[in-house]
Amino acid sequence: MDYIKIIILAIIVNNIILSQFLGICSFLGVTGKVSTAIGMGAAVTFVITLGNAITYLIQAYILVPYHIEFLQNIMFIFVVAFLVQIVEIIVKKSVPSLYQALGIYLPLITTNCATLAVALLAVQQHFNLVQSVVYAIAIGIGYTLAMVLMAGIREQMEVNGYPKGMKGFPITLVIGSMLAMAFMGFSGLMKM
Amino acid sequence: MAKMESTLRNMVLSLSLISMAMVAGLGYVYKVTKGPIEMADKQKEITAVTEVLPPFDNDPIKQKKEIEGLTFYTATKGGKLVGCAVKTFTTKGFAGRFDLMVGFKPDGSIKKIVVLEQKETPGLGAKMTDSSFTKQFKDKDIATFKLKVKKDGGQVDAISAATISSRAFCDGVQKAYDLYIKNFVKSATAVAGASDSTAVKGGKHE
Amino acid sequence: MNKNLGYFTNGIIKENPTFVLVLGTCPVLAITTTGFNGFGMGMATAIVLLLSNVMVSILKNYIPDKVRIAVFITIIATNVTVVELLMKAYTPDLYKALGIFIPLIIVNCLVLGRAEAFAQKKGIFASALDAIGMGLGFTAALTLISIVREILGNGSFFTIPLIPAGSHPILLFILPPGAFLTFGLLFAVMNALKRKYKL
Repeated sequence: MDYIKIIILAIIVNNIILSQFLGICSFLGVTGKVSTAIGMGAAVTFVITLGNAITYLIQAYILVPYHIEFLQNIMFIFVVAFLVQIVEIIVKKSVPSLYQALGIYLPLITTNCATLAVALLAVQQHFNLVQSVVYAIAIGIGYTLAMVLMAGIREQMEVNGYPKGMKGFPITLVIGSMLAMAFMGFSGLMKM
Repeated sequence: MAKMESTLRNMVLSLSLISMAMVAGLGYVYKVTKGPIEMADKQKEITAVTEVLPPFDNDPIKQKKEIEGLTFYTATKGGKLVGCAVKTFTTKGFAGRFDLMVGFKPDGSIKKIVVLEQKETPGLGAKMTDSSFTKQFKDKDIATFKLKVKKDGGQVDAISAATISSRAFCDGVQKAYDLYIKNFVKSATAVAGASDSTAVKGGKHE
Repeated sequence: MNKNLGYFTNGIIKENPTFVLVLGTCPVLAITTTGFNGFGMGMATAIVLLLSNVMVSILKNYIPDKVRIAVFITIIATNVTVVELLMKAYTPDLYKALGIFIPLIIVNCLVLGRAEAFAQKKGIFASALDAIGMGLGFTAALTLISIVREILGNGSFFTIPLIPAGSHPILLFILPPGAFLTFGLLFAVMNALKRKYKL
C-alpha cells in the first residue's frame, strides 16, 4: 500500500476519533483547552509511533515464529504501559508545565483505546515496519487534529453559551457529532 | 493479612508468578478452543456453500479447488454435476475488499449469491446482503445477462446511492463466472468479462 | 446484607459506568449499531469485569502496591483473551461484529477502574457483586443506546423490522455522527432525570 494512501486514509478518511471511535475518553475529557489538546496529541503520537515499531518487531520475531499469537494482547499492552511510563518520566523532567497540565491524563494514555488499537490494526493490515510507523504517525496527526478542533470549538462555546441542560458531556458529544458529520464528507476521497 | 510490601524481591516475584499463571491458563484455553474455532470457520464455509447450491450428496468442501485466488466447490448428486459454488472477491468495494459466494448451475447460470464478508457503509452498500438486491441475479446467465449496473449500460439494478458497492459486486460475480466457464463448463461461448479476454477452453474438462 | 445489595445496585444506576462514571466510552459509540451488538458487547465486558474483579480480590494481598497496575493489566488482558477465544469458537458472528473492540476491553477504563477502586480493597463476594452490578449497568446503557440507534437508523428492533419494507429510516443514526448525537442527547436526558430525582 503506498504511503500517501496510508497517510490520507489515516488522517482524514478513517480518522481515528471521528470515524473509528478510538480515543473517545480523551476526546471528551482533555479537550477543554487547545493547549492541552495539542500537548496530549503530541504525547499520544510519540507513544503510538514507538509502540507500533516495537509491537511490529514483537509480532514478527517472537509471536509468529513461535506460534504464540494468542499472547499478542498481553505483550502489546505491556509495551504500551512500559512506553507510557517512560514518556511520563521524560515529560516530567523536560517539560514540567506540560506534565502539570496533562495531569492524570498522561498515565491514562495506557488505557487510551487508540494506543492499543493502532498496534493491533497495523498487524491486521499486514503492514511492514516502515508502513506501520508511517501509519502510526499519520494516526497521531489525525488524532491531534480532531482533538484540537474539538478543543477550539469548546473554548468558543464557553464564550458563546449554550443550553444549560447540555452542560458537560452532552454538549461535547453533540459537537462531536457535528465534527463526525463534517469528516464523513471525506469518506469518498480515497478508496482503501 | 496486610498487603505485601513493595520490596524489589516481592514485586518481581509477584509479577512473575502471576504472569506465569496467567500465561499458563491462557495457553490451556487456547488449546481447548483451537478445535472449536476451526469448526466454527468450517461451519461458515459449509453453510454458505450449501445455501447457494441445489441439493447434493458429495463433500464439496473436501474437493475444493483454488484457482487464481478463487475457491471452487463442485457439487454432485448421484455422480452428476449439479452445480458449483465459487468463493470470489472484489477489491473495488467502497470500503475495500469484500467476499461473495456465487452458486452456478451446470449450464453456467446463477442459482444464488450470498455475501460472505463486507464492510460497506451500513444502510447503503451493506444493503447488498439483502435478498431484495441479490434476488435479481437468480437464474440469470451471464452469457446473456449484462452484468453491469444500469448506469454503465448493463441490466443490474444498483442499490440506490450505492453505485460503487453495486459495481464492485458485479466485478466479483464476473470474476467468478469467467473462471468458472474457463475451467469447469464443458462447452460454452462465454461472454468475455471486462478483465478476461482469453479464449474459452472448449471440449471436455477432466 | 444491605451493604452487599448496595454494591450490586450501585453500578446499575447511581454509579452507572456510562452515564455517571463515563468510563469505557469507545465501545458505547462504536458498537451500538444494533441491539444484539450492544448487548453482546456489554455482556462480554461484564464477564471480563467479573473474572478480573474476583481474581484481583483473591490476590489482593499478594500484589505489592508499586506493581499493582502492571499486575491488574496482566490479569485483565488474560481474561479478555480468554473471552475472545471463547467468542471466536462459540459465537463467531458476534465476534466478527464486535471486531477489534473485544481486545480493547483490556483498556476499557471501567475494568481497570473497578480493579483499582474496589476489588483490591474489598472481599471476594463484594467484588463479584460490584462487577455484576457494573456489568449490568454498562450492558443496560449500551443496549439502550443500541435500541434507539437501531430503531431510528435501521427501522428494526433486534433485527425485527418495525417499518414497512422499502421505507427509509434515518440513516444518520447508524453512522458515526448519529452515535455521538444519540449518546449526547440520552446523556442530557439522564442528567435531567438525575437532577429531578436527586440521584
